[in-house]
Amino acid sequence: MINKPAEEKRVAINVIDMVAGYGEDVILNHINFKVYEGEIFVILGGSGCGKSTLLKHLIGLNHPISGNIVINGIDITSNRESNLQQVLRECGILFQSGALFSSMTVAENVALPMQEHTDLPASSIDNIVRMKLAQVSLTGYEDHLPSEISGGMKKRAGLARAMALNPKVLFFDEPSAGLDPITSAELDQLIIRLNGSYNTTMVIVTHELPSIFSVAHRVIMLDKRVKKIIAEGQPQYLRDNSQNPFVRQFFNREIESDNDLLID
Amino acid sequence: MTVLSKNLTRFYSFSQEGAGKLTIHFQDRLDVSNTAPLTKEFNVLLRTHKPDNLVIDLEKLNDLDDYGVSVLVELKRAMGNRRGNFSLTNISEKVNEILSMHRFDVLGRQPISTHKTSSSLFANLGDSVFNIGSEIRFMLTFLGDTCFSFLMFLRRPGGLRFNDMIEKMKHVGLDALPIVGLISFLLGLIMAFMSSVQLQQFGANIYVASLVGISMTRELGPIMTAIIVAGRSGSSFAAEIGTMKISEEVDALYTMNINPNFFLVLPRMFAAFLVMPVLVLFSDLFAIAGGLLVGVTMLDLTVSGYINQTINTLTLFDVFWGVFKSGIFAILISWTGCLRGFQVKGGAAGVGQATTSAVVTSIFLIVLTDSLLVVILRYWNG
Repeated sequence: MINKPAEEKRVAINVIDMVAGYGEDVILNHINFKVYEGEIFVILGGSGCGKSTLLKHLIGLNHPISGNIVINGIDITSNRESNLQQVLRECGILFQSGALFSSMTVAENVALPMQEHTDLPASSIDNIVRMKLAQVSLTGYEDHLPSEISGGMKKRAGLARAMALNPKVLFFDEPSAGLDPITSAELDQLIIRLNGSYNTTMVIVTHELPSIFSVAHRVIMLDKRVKKIIAEGQPQYLRDNSQNPFVRQFFNREIESDNDLLID
Repeated sequence: MTVLSKNLTRFYSFSQEGAGKLTIHFQDRLDVSNTAPLTKEFNVLLRTHKPDNLVIDLEKLNDLDDYGVSVLVELKRAMGNRRGNFSLTNISEKVNEILSMHRFDVLGRQPISTHKTSSSLFANLGDSVFNIGSEIRFMLTFLGDTCFSFLMFLRRPGGLRFNDMIEKMKHVGLDALPIVGLISFLLGLIMAFMSSVQLQQFGANIYVASLVGISMTRELGPIMTAIIVAGRSGSSFAAEIGTMKISEEVDALYTMNINPNFFLVLPRMFAAFLVMPVLVLFSDLFAIAGGLLVGVTMLDLTVSGYINQTINTLTLFDVFWGVFKSGIFAILISWTGCLRGFQVKGGAAGVGQATTSAVVTSIFLIVLTDSLLVVILRYWNG
């Protein structure tokens, strides 16, 4: 990786005044934030606050009601199709369930993006697939079907597929959901390692506190009551110094003072 | 006066004081184990005594849970409905805690909303028009996508996943051959048998061969094959794609910048289009064999006589017409199957619905198209 001079950080993702929702239900109201290149950026919040909705908008699966999303200098909300395609070529997404194609082996899954988007001969694709699988410690599982490997392995295979084309930006939808603490910590280490060695920008949606504290450079926190970002910054700092009691409660794993949670 | 069930008297007793005042004394426990019989019991009790003032004495109650609270709520609501008074007495601290935890005071007051407020006729009408509208829009978009994918294929045929296509061809064609063969054979046999009863009376046995040959090649062969393929493959396309949709695999395709339509729909449509005509030819052959069996064993025809008669009556056009139709049916079936798969929302129930609807829509379209083709052919030939 070429080390860039320590000039100001370049913006990888810029979300400008975006309103998102389904039909008439607004879920996120006029939100703004930036993700810088090479950063591990975590989107967090309680259940139903619109984390996954935000992610779906960032990767172009849903269209915002208004506002713009600019990724690597290209606005994916205007003149959608061609811009989106151009941006997606430089993005990788790890879905919550891994979303591996169940009819293909692990190796075929990882090879698919290369077969579709590059003109590499089959033998080099095969080599790269092996290297990618080695990076996520899945050597030896090339010919297994997704149904034959464990949940953590599926996530790692999904990650290998997401990284297949060496994307500049990687998105993760709840990477540690449904994993045991050790596997989850391993995945965190993997994320940190990949970020370190490739300077990949990472956007992670999660609400697993240990994972947030170990990987995140910066977080934003969404809240479903105000439908906005209620906090932005380093997780350790927010935990100790946030002005917003809800944010402190979230990071310290405390129950809200009134019984709202029980009644909802 | 109701007779109290013996095993329930352990849990409550009641006393009547003056006109219209009824007191129920609870004992021991009021929880999940005795709620159901007690609720029924109290319904009867209230109906027979018609109290204006119901007092619940909780002094001897030791155990209460949310099921038990629901009994009290029911009583309170029943008294509210007959505009009577309802009160609790001797509430211990423990009982009070459980009552307030389950918000007893609020629960009794509100009527239960068992279902959504019934909306007006016009709102329902509007809703369904809107739904039909969005379904039609989805269908047209999907049709457009399919055409676009086809153009993509024409521009770059190498992009198609031929391995997938061959696998689907095996599934749609080869795997269906035994059942198509068997059904066609039996169909030919039945037709020959039924018609022979009539034709024998005129000594026209030999025309059984013509009847079976023409009706199978032109109509029944393609239709039966299409119905079998719709049931086997149309449904499987819908279920397969629907499952991919709910497990985010289709989303993954989008984000990998792979056109899901090109990736999933085209190989299936091509596979169906290529193998259905072959299946129909086999179906024709098996049906004629079925007719032959009846002709030879029951109608004193010779094998060569039967085959000669079949060849003499059948024109090449009859066979081609059937094959041509089967190509159209193949496109309809595979496209509908994929469409229904892409329409899946929600979970397993959505996949089930899509599968059903794929088969029903396909069969409807097959029959509709066939009728249209018959009419068109009739006028085209003059």
